[in-house]
Amino acid sequence: MQTLNSYAPEIIRIVMAVVGGAVVVFGNALVMGYMERKLAGHFQRRTGPMEVGFHGLLQLVIDGIKLMSKQLVIPAKADKPLFMLAPIISFAPVFLPLLVIPFSDRIQGFDLDVGLLFVLAIASINVLAVLVAGWASNNKYSMFGAFRAVAQNVAYEIPMLLSLLAIVFMTNTFSLRGIVEAQTVWFIVLQPVAFIIYLICMVAETNRAPFDLAEAESELTAGFHTEYSGMSFSLFMMAEYTNMFIVSCIATVFFLGGTSGIPLPYFEYTGIIWFLLKVYLFMFFLVWIRWTYPRTRFDQLMNLCWKYLLPISLVNLLITVVVVKL
Amino acid sequence: MNVDVIEDERQHQFVLNMGPQHPSTHGVLRVLLKMEGEYVLDPQPVLGYVHRCHEKIGEYKPARAFMPNTARMDYLGALIYNQGYAMLLERAAGIEVPRRAEYIRVITSELNRIQSHLLWYGAYLLDLGAFTPIMYAFDDREHILDTLEDICGSRLTYCYCRVGGVCKDIDDKFIERTRAFIERLRGRLPMYEKLVNGNIIVQKRMKSVGNYTPELCARYGVTGPLLRAAGVEYDLRKAEPYSVYSEFDFEVPTEQQGDAWAAFNVRYREIEQSLRIVEQALDKLPEGEVMEAKVPKKLRLPQGDYNCSVEAPRGELSYYLVSDGSDIPYRIKVRTPSYSNLSVVPEVCKGMMIADVVTSMGALDLVIPEIDR
Repeated sequence: MQTLNSYAPEIIRIVMAVVGGAVVVFGNALVMGYMERKLAGHFQRRTGPMEVGFHGLLQLVIDGIKLMSKQLVIPAKADKPLFMLAPIISFAPVFLPLLVIPFSDRIQGFDLDVGLLFVLAIASINVLAVLVAGWASNNKYSMFGAFRAVAQNVAYEIPMLLSLLAIVFMTNTFSLRGIVEAQTVWFIVLQPVAFIIYLICMVAETNRAPFDLAEAESELTAGFHTEYSGMSFSLFMMAEYTNMFIVSCIATVFFLGGTSGIPLPYFEYTGIIWFLLKVYLFMFFLVWIRWTYPRTRFDQLMNLCWKYLLPISLVNLLITVVVVKL
Repeated sequence: MNVDVIEDERQHQFVLNMGPQHPSTHGVLRVLLKMEGEYVLDPQPVLGYVHRCHEKIGEYKPARAFMPNTARMDYLGALIYNQGYAMLLERAAGIEVPRRAEYIRVITSELNRIQSHLLWYGAYLLDLGAFTPIMYAFDDREHILDTLEDICGSRLTYCYCRVGGVCKDIDDKFIERTRAFIERLRGRLPMYEKLVNGNIIVQKRMKSVGNYTPELCARYGVTGPLLRAAGVEYDLRKAEPYSVYSEFDFEVPTEQQGDAWAAFNVRYREIEQSLRIVEQALDKLPEGEVMEAKVPKKLRLPQGDYNCSVEAPRGELSYYLVSDGSDIPYRIKVRTPSYSNLSVVPEVCKGMMIADVVTSMGALDLVIPEIDR
């Protein structure tokens, strides 16, 4: 009995973390779905959803019901098990990075010593899902989308990690909480180059326009998810939104001081409010550029990474190391 | 020991079927792309999905009754197609058109051209992946459609011209609205330039995509903005001024590079020139009738063959009519610009990346019903 009692708080903690993760994933998908449609509407001189609920607030609920009730069409010559598996591979891992993100001083699932590596490692599983989806669909457009996604994500992970490594050198820790606590001055001031590189890589890693080559609908109809419908499609969408959320969280933790900010009247919740505000600032940025810029061409995208971002981030890392360690 | 690896070319290549339903073919055009990786080795357009036998229909009914069909060939340049056909019949039957009617035809045709270019502007940027410009372009275009709807009765497939004039006179409200629209669009063009034309991604996507030379254009019969983008200053409104175009002061925009970016700029600058023509036409608009009174009920065209060419938004449009002396034409042949412009695709798009094929097909501004007729 004694042992069970001592385990109990830990089990409750795990359950709460998982439930909290699920709340964040689905809550974020609802908020982002609404935000994206509404913002896109206003960027384009229309109102966006208006009919269901006050200013279309319930639109996403209706959409969810529609997506769930739709038939899952599996193409005749598709690889059925892989085809069904791909959305799950895409969606399942997105819970994990949420566990290590410090939402506030007290809200954090688990403070890993290698938090950053954990997040990046989990985030790269999404590439596998895209590749499986493209392959299993037995569709040339899907295949194209998958090829592009793999080349793009593998390429952009490198400058992304290099730009973040510069900060790891400054703080001497991979732990996300440690990095938040190390920021007396926000690192956006000390590492502006790393910030810009990360910002570009962040857009490319989440496959969002102007780098949405994997689903470029004017070339590849819908890229890797051409053949997906109903719930399997919405799993891809939710994974995309959660990935956006995660990269925005990392940006907040590394460059905008995480939870730090002017104390608000709701003193207890100041940290989490500031954190979410900063995260959604990045999300707004992602939506904003998606509806503003045209898509780049694939070779231009690769040139940007290998010819500019990679050398610049290496030089930035080198300078940081020299300044910090000498 | 050396092992010979048999490299079969065909193992690397595959055929991608783009269309008939595809977001960037703008209609039911099908293009078979023989690909190697991202590169297109051999693009072949496949036509005929919206063929409606317009030319054959023309052989079964009185020449005048073909007018509505012309509007349905190019749904974006309907008034210009109307005007061309009316001019053909007038030329054949020797009918004079009142000056006011000529002016009205020019005004409506140029408005039609502007709305066609605005739609292309939005749709082309949509091809490049920019969603938002099309909404702005549609917003402007809507004003033209509303204005034209008031006098023509329809928004897209007009049948406004008649043999010997136009069916309805324009009123003060139309003039007022058109002037307001000119004012509005002039105010918005700088915004387009700032937001879109100056964008580095837009420029990088279009520059040095496609290589149109005057020689290539002559070989395939490419006309319109693409020919002018290759550096040939050829616009029928200037080269063989029909109607009353010789009375207006306007320029023919040309570029030298012959790529998609040049074509983009030519079309974009044509909007401004069309605005100038409309403005001058409104200023000079003469009084009088809009319909010639002495047009016979049954229009018998003298035996012979007749031709008439006008400058449509996409290039040179020609009507060719053979008459055997009755009121029903023996043969009508329409030379539509998009058909010839499309024929250049297999040569120009060879060796491009698939994204560039989309870019250069967008620069052609294809209207599929015009290709298939």
